[in-house]
Amino acid sequence: MSRLLTFEWIAAVRFMREGLAQTLLIIAGVTLGVAVITFMSALLSGLQANLFRRTLNYQAQIVVLPPEDVARSLRDTGAARSAAVVQPRTQRLHSIDQWQKLRGQIAGLPDVVAIAPVVSGPGLAIRGDANKAISITGFEPESYLRVIALGDKVVAGTANLTASDILIGTDLADDLGARLGDKLRITTATGAAQTLQIAGLFDFGNKGVNARNVYVTLRVAQSLLDVAGGVTSLEINVSDPFIAERVAQTIHARTGLQADSWIRTNEQFFSAISAQTLSNNFIRFFVALTAALGIASVLVVSVVQKSREIGILRAMGTSRGQILRLFLIQGALMGLAGSVCGSLLGFVFLNFWRGIARNPDGTPMFAVNFEPQLFLYAAGGATLVGVLAAMVPARRAARLDPVVAIRG
Amino acid sequence: MAETAGRDDPVLRLSGVRKSYGSGTAAEIEVLHGIDLDLGPGEFAALIGPSGSGKSTLLNLIGLLDRPTAGAVRIAGAETGSLDDGHLTRLRGRAIGFVFQYHYLLPEFTALENVMMPLLAARGRPDVQMRETAAELLAQVGLGPWQHHKSNDLSGGQQQRVAIARALAMQPMLVLADEPSGNLDTQSADAVFDLLRSVNERRGTTFLIVTHDPRLANRCDRIVELVDGRIVSDLANANPVHRQTREQTMQSGAP
Ligand SMILES: Nc1ncnc2c1ncn2[C@@H]1O[C@H](COP(=O)(O)OP(=O)(O)OP(=O)(O)O)[C@@H](O)[C@H]1O
Ligand SMILES: [Mg+2]
Repeated sequence: MSRLLTFEWIAAVRFMREGLAQTLLIIAGVTLGVAVITFMSALLSGLQANLFRRTLNYQAQIVVLPPEDVARSLRDTGAARSAAVVQPRTQRLHSIDQWQKLRGQIAGLPDVVAIAPVVSGPGLAIRGDANKAISITGFEPESYLRVIALGDKVVAGTANLTASDILIGTDLADDLGARLGDKLRITTATGAAQTLQIAGLFDFGNKGVNARNVYVTLRVAQSLLDVAGGVTSLEINVSDPFIAERVAQTIHARTGLQADSWIRTNEQFFSAISAQTLSNNFIRFFVALTAALGIASVLVVSVVQKSREIGILRAMGTSRGQILRLFLIQGALMGLAGSVCGSLLGFVFLNFWRGIARNPDGTPMFAVNFEPQLFLYAAGGATLVGVLAAMVPARRAARLDPVVAIRG
Repeated sequence: MAETAGRDDPVLRLSGVRKSYGSGTAAEIEVLHGIDLDLGPGEFAALIGPSGSGKSTLLNLIGLLDRPTAGAVRIAGAETGSLDDGHLTRLRGRAIGFVFQYHYLLPEFTALENVMMPLLAARGRPDVQMRETAAELLAQVGLGPWQHHKSNDLSGGQQQRVAIARALAMQPMLVLADEPSGNLDTQSADAVFDLLRSVNERRGTTFLIVTHDPRLANRCDRIVELVDGRIVSDLANANPVHRQTREQTMQSGAP
């Protein structure tokens, strides 16, 4: 008997050791459940992180547009963009009034970590006989590259553009038969045109984006799209992508400007994610329920088996509270042991999965997220589930009438 | 309650104790019909009576495992009717030791740990003193060498002796034994009885022992007889049969 342990702990451990087969079986059950949960959660959060990365690669978390801007479709899907090209608007693009002042104001908000003024609009890229509808984005490299990690996606040349440069996607380059250093002629519906040199090629791993987006400096875009001195949007990153919608609402409330978070513009994607999360939670819930029922049933049986001993313990001066804790501790220990083993097993599954789920080029298909907190949550959650599961049998044990128990 | 307990209070005083089972139902039946009984310090009393007369019921009431339907149970002068479950449990642990017909040791624990158990439950954590007390008690019941055996590995008589050592661990003033030797062969039964007697003599502990065996009852100082829930006789046994005599009886080949 350890001197550090109290009566309840000593007796709980002995009771569990005495029914070792039962104890081990139920721990094995909890282990499998926790392993499934850890594995699935890690996989799902890895998958989500992957999708976030892919989306947020080329999208700011928040885009601020002029109030009630009809040019909203600018930031929408590629289909909408090409439609805008097919039917060029005669109207000038709306720009944001006093954008320098607003930029300062928004930059001062909590959680805003980067803000970049952008001019964007539809245009046409022409090289020889070939021409392609494009979406022009004009930026200042200093600010924009902090919102979008464009530099990481550049496969040739640079993203640090000068006034005569243009950065295009690899697919557009293929479509036009252009290479780094070649010249492209860019025109827009305003009638403006400029010839620019391809200073860099990017690859976002997204064909639509690679074929349509082109980047120039802010000034070039201003003159091409006829918004001299103005900007059509402010693009913003916040400290955590998931608070983007909240910050967007704050910006809207403070400035009256339209502020779209990536969460809103990717609603479909988010509903897919939340469906996944929901089903994941469902599975978690049922696994937890199964584990709880397993623990509870083992303890219910144990209370029946040990009712005489409980009666004797009570006759010897053991309090109801001590009997209650004796069984709650057993539940907690089963849950905890199961979750520790389960987390380790989940870890093994994950590594195995990482090994086999690979892209053709050998890179892992899933960036499996490996968060130590997840293990802590699993351990804490399973312990709690164990205690809750033990509640009913423990109360039954505590309320056992010693007279009846001893008489058997 | 300690304040109300005077020096001359009996260890146990039952006044008008009644017990009904199934109260409030059609099947209500009164098992004990107004029991008055005093046990003084150092008494060694037998409780006899036919099966179903209410002996175990009475013992459970005295042992604070159950509450009477009417009447009062006083332990060392303290009225127990007003105590809540927690206080009853503590008083029970401190003042009363139980020995049951079936020894009911905890099979998960060794003989020594079983004897330590009441101390452990009362104090929370094991300590050296507890261990020493338990070892000493085991030695007194002649099980010194068996300390570290799991209780299931002991014979019936040995288990009962462990149970007696356990009942004494808290140095209770009253030990209640419900047919402590009912499950044992004659020789072991005698050994158990001897042990109870010697504890009584050495420590002055009060004993109330339920037994069906007139021979064993005859070895007590006082014999209380219960029939149909009433005490029908309560006699001092002027000349209790003592150990030596028993040994003589054994040698002469009786039972
Ligand atoms: N929990 C209970 N519910 C209903 N009746 C009970 C209960 N416990 C005991 N009785 C009844 O009370 C009466 C006395 O029982 P008790 O066990 O006290 O007798 P006893 O004298 O100890 O008998 P024995 O010598 O057989 O052990 C019996 O008629 C029994 O059926
Ligand atoms: Mg009985």
